Amino acid sequence: MRADLEIIRDWIRPGARVIDLGCGEGELLEYLVKEKQVQGYGIEINPDNITACIEKGVNVIEKDIDEGLCGIRNNSFDTVVMSHALQTMHRPDQIVEEMLRIGKECIVTFPNFAHWRARFYLAFRGRMPVSKFLSYTWYNTPNIHFFTFKDFEELCVERNIYIVDRTVVDNEHKHRWWIRLWPNMLGEIAIYRITR
Amino acid sequence: MKDFPEDSVGLVTPQSIHFDQPLTLASGRVISQYELVIETYGELNSDASNAILICHALSGHHHAAGFHEGDRKPGWWDSAIGPGKAIDTRRFFVVSLNNLGGCHGSSGPNSVNPETGEPYGPDFPIVTVADWVKSQARLADHLGIQQWAAVVGGSLGGMQALQWSIDFPDRLRHCVIIAAAPKLSTQNIAFNEVARQAITKDPQFHDGRYYANDVVPKTGLMLARMVGHITYLSEDGMREKFGRELRSGKLSFDFNPQFEIETYLQYQGERFSTAFDANTYLLMTKALDYFDPAADYDNNLATALRDVQCEYFVASFTTDWRFSPERSREIVDALIEAGKKVTYTEIQAAHGHDAFLIPIPRYMEVFGAYMNRIANSLENNHAR
Repeated sequence: MRADLEIIRDWIRPGARVIDLGCGEGELLEYLVKEKQVQGYGIEINPDNITACIEKGVNVIEKDIDEGLCGIRNNSFDTVVMSHALQTMHRPDQIVEEMLRIGKECIVTFPNFAHWRARFYLAFRGRMPVSKFLSYTWYNTPNIHFFTFKDFEELCVERNIYIVDRTVVDNEHKHRWWIRLWPNMLGEIAIYRITR
Repeated sequence: MKDFPEDSVGLVTPQSIHFDQPLTLASGRVISQYELVIETYGELNSDASNAILICHALSGHHHAAGFHEGDRKPGWWDSAIGPGKAIDTRRFFVVSLNNLGGCHGSSGPNSVNPETGEPYGPDFPIVTVADWVKSQARLADHLGIQQWAAVVGGSLGGMQALQWSIDFPDRLRHCVIIAAAPKLSTQNIAFNEVARQAITKDPQFHDGRYYANDVVPKTGLMLARMVGHITYLSEDGMREKFGRELRSGKLSFDFNPQFEIETYLQYQGERFSTAFDANTYLLMTKALDYFDPAADYDNNLATALRDVQCEYFVASFTTDWRFSPERSREIVDALIEAGKKVTYTEIQAAHGHDAFLIPIPRYMEVFGAYMNRIANSLENNHAR
């Protein structure tokens, strides 16, 4: 399992009602249903990912998250997960609001645009950074909003969103002691647990 | 003996089953005895756990797959049922029936009322989706099937599948609902009323007793089918298929059909009017109008689904405006709210409501993947 998912799964309590927005091939949900007896749903838009979820027996709902989550009632989930998808949304702020509306707690992961490598790329090459997690060029990237840990935390302050937990890791989703010294410069991926 | 395609169930023969235990209907009326015509494909396994029930739509019947003796065209859902197809008859035992009130051999308005010796005609009671499901449960008893591996249907058939899961929660493991809705919209009912008016206002209708006069309300049935058919197609699909093509290449300045679409609708209506019973058409549209499983639960579908036990596969088609994707999403949202297992997919298709009968590759892929998972879990249980 992708290492960030391993971190996320440990943050979810057994038997919870979980919805994974942009669930990919459903590996997190498959694990959570099997090992933690959660009641899990995934939202996905990619056809191949949807087929993979069906084959795994993961509850998958075909839906464009950008259109909002109306239809899902307030507070109907214990945990709402969105991993590596917030930067692809048209209005990340509205999606975060929607997530907080349907769930008691949200887990969000995204790449940090202020990582030193990205900064160097832009500063010295004068071009938009391309890296393992941002492996597209500017014109074809699904990642339409680049933001940093600081940016996200500022949004949380503005909107009265409480950060329960934050873990910052490198691009292999490993914890490194030195990341903690200067996360916004040294961390590549952040995993936030937020609530209101 | 002609050769059938490899992925066809081949030659099939319907069978008729008699039920003499009276059936009390939602209306309060009772049918004392009745026939149901069915077809089956594939083999029932030793513990009768691989059975699939196919529920038909408005104008459907028991002949879902394979060929009848002498026919060139296969059953109405042959694209989905057969060896290696989405509903794989090498793994499943498939049961398909003609519903009560139908006109293809099951008891209905055009069959003889054993109490009078005359055709029922308009005296055949109005049946509801729940009544059908009740009669299908008796069929399952008769066939020795305690629990369906899945109940599957498109359109009105999907409504029966949904009703099954509510009325007999422990008698199905999966519920497959394709291009359906949790109830009809006002617009749907309006279209149905136009169809009914066309039939009942036909001078040959004779208050539904046209059999005695040896006539059929052909014009009415034809109009009903034409208006229905328009709602089955999407605007884009229609334009793509027929455009504004003229049969003779130029305007003829009279009222004869000139545009291809006119000819097509007339042909469809004409063909239908000789193959379908007008009283059955009236009944089927009423069953559609009345369908509303949430009505008994404070109009809350999630409450209606509170005690269901099966898993659901729900699918809709992007250009279907008769039962649009929004209507399927109502079912899905209610299932999520009730905490039930559900998979939902929205298929890109230009064919409108008719898409559920067409083997669109993406549709067959996801439908097949879901059915395959059911078959796999069956076979794993057997291997254990």
